[in-house]
Amino acid sequence: MGKTIIEKIIQSHCQEDAKAGRTVWMNLDIRSARDFGGPNVVRNYEREYGNIAVADKEKTFFTFDLCVPACSMKYADNQQICREFAQKQGLKVFDVDRGIGSHVLIEEGLASAGTTVVGTDSHLNILGAVGCFGQGMGDVDITFAFRTGKTWFEVPETLRVKIKGKTSWPATPKDVTLYVLKKLSTKTASLKAVEFYGEAVKNFSLAGRITLCSMITEMAGIIGFIPETNESLQDEVLNLTSREYFPIEPDLDAEYADSVTININGLTPQVSAPFSPENVFPVDELKGIRINSGFIGSCTNGRTEDFAAAARVLKGRRVKEGVMLKVVPSTRRVYKELLEQGLLEILFDSGAIVSNPGCGGCAEGHIGLTGEGEVQISTGNRNFAGKQGKGKTYLASPEVVAASCVKGLIANPEEV
Amino acid sequence: MPKSSLSGRVWILLNDQGDLIENIDTDQIYHNAYLHVTDIKEMGKYALGNLEGWKDFPQKACPGDLLVAGRNFGAGSSRQQAVDCFISLQIDAILSPSFGAIYFRNAVNSGFPILKCPEIKQLVRSGILETGDEIRVHFLSGDAQIINKNVSFHVFPMSEVQYEIFQAGSLYNYGKARIREL
Repeated sequence: MGKTIIEKIIQSHCQEDAKAGRTVWMNLDIRSARDFGGPNVVRNYEREYGNIAVADKEKTFFTFDLCVPACSMKYADNQQICREFAQKQGLKVFDVDRGIGSHVLIEEGLASAGTTVVGTDSHLNILGAVGCFGQGMGDVDITFAFRTGKTWFEVPETLRVKIKGKTSWPATPKDVTLYVLKKLSTKTASLKAVEFYGEAVKNFSLAGRITLCSMITEMAGIIGFIPETNESLQDEVLNLTSREYFPIEPDLDAEYADSVTININGLTPQVSAPFSPENVFPVDELKGIRINSGFIGSCTNGRTEDFAAAARVLKGRRVKEGVMLKVVPSTRRVYKELLEQGLLEILFDSGAIVSNPGCGGCAEGHIGLTGEGEVQISTGNRNFAGKQGKGKTYLASPEVVAASCVKGLIANPEEV
Repeated sequence: MPKSSLSGRVWILLNDQGDLIENIDTDQIYHNAYLHVTDIKEMGKYALGNLEGWKDFPQKACPGDLLVAGRNFGAGSSRQQAVDCFISLQIDAILSPSFGAIYFRNAVNSGFPILKCPEIKQLVRSGILETGDEIRVHFLSGDAQIINKNVSFHVFPMSEVQYEIFQAGSLYNYGKARIREL
């Protein structure tokens, strides 16, 4: 019997037969920790292993992205704890200037097709966008991975999802993602790997793939892959990472847990309403809801293409008086592209606050939280109660967030 | 003799309509405002601190109590604190029809009994299992009883890895015994 993508990747990293349902000891190509989780890893490591060297310092990294630069004493201390451990062990730190760790790992070519990567980030499965088996784990797992370069893993079953039909503006990959989430909820893909097929996702750029693969976490899945590629994607990945992109393909006789078809013909912009990401509606059913703030960024929608899409809506327009729009590039490289392409100026002129790169906007970090009664529209991936403060968060595409900030109301970009 | 079962009084995470709360995410279990905390002793007081109706759980819970939750418990973030906060309170186990993947691993790695039990929903809905009941669970057979009501039910037995890590006390101890062969 043939193997699915996840079975193939795990098989090339373990001794046992990597068949769904089996637990194997998997070799890890990269292990990383953030400024969240990282200090716990250091503390665990020194308690359990003292001064013993990590299994491979060339494969072990810290990526600071949660509170960058530190906005509290605790984070300042925690980041310093990681830096000192890294120095002692000879590990590289992608420090507070670099941006979201998962994106940095892609840009550095460390997370590439067919590799295995773990870190203290529950959206590390975003790396599925480049065909890599990325997996977020807690600090005990990561401590163990630092020391041994291995982890135990139950090989997940795979769900095959066919996305049928095509979309056109103003529907974007985020809208496809939210619609897929609505259809699969947290049940269908639960604890499974997902392989996406169909013309629409085949044509997704890297940014679109990142958006879709990032929200596998909200679908309660393990990882998502988009094995079909297109030429411009191949060029994009090559330019970004200096590596050719050869995604792993499943065997023709691979065994799937289930197969689902989702029709996206005629899809309009989608918005997820509080307090659960799967609570998705067409924008037209929610438009008119008053908003106080907007956020464009996050690991889900933090690529240059996402900000360019927002800039197209915001060009020559102003964010409505009294509305706060926060923009956070995912990485320093994206930040530079915004500068070079004149996008930063368009966003600035519209009234947006543009911050340095990082995870700000999704968690309590360097870009603030919502207050009681505040209504926010965000390109992030979670809107659980209390996640970004006491306010309510709606999730949408960069275009919908931009249009909503111009109007001060949840809006369809077509009507701005 | 290695421990292969445990018993304790249960807390059932219900909403104000009396239904099991599903999809409780790690920000509701342990809010991101306290992610900087690295001392497990400090974590207990934040357990369920962002879950409506349950914010006083750390005051109510007693060592040895068990927690029963709705499906997809521990969705969301990879934070170990969302498991550790219950260990800090000396909660002995969590039962749910299903768990977030990372949450489940984190609990297994800490040697904390986390048990899948699809029957929970029906037992709670029908009023058979209630907060305050005393239950016993066998990890390997999956046999479980509501002791004070003399009702039997089943949980998924622990997998081999889960049981071995549980016996060793943590992934670290388990790994130390096996690190050469890994």
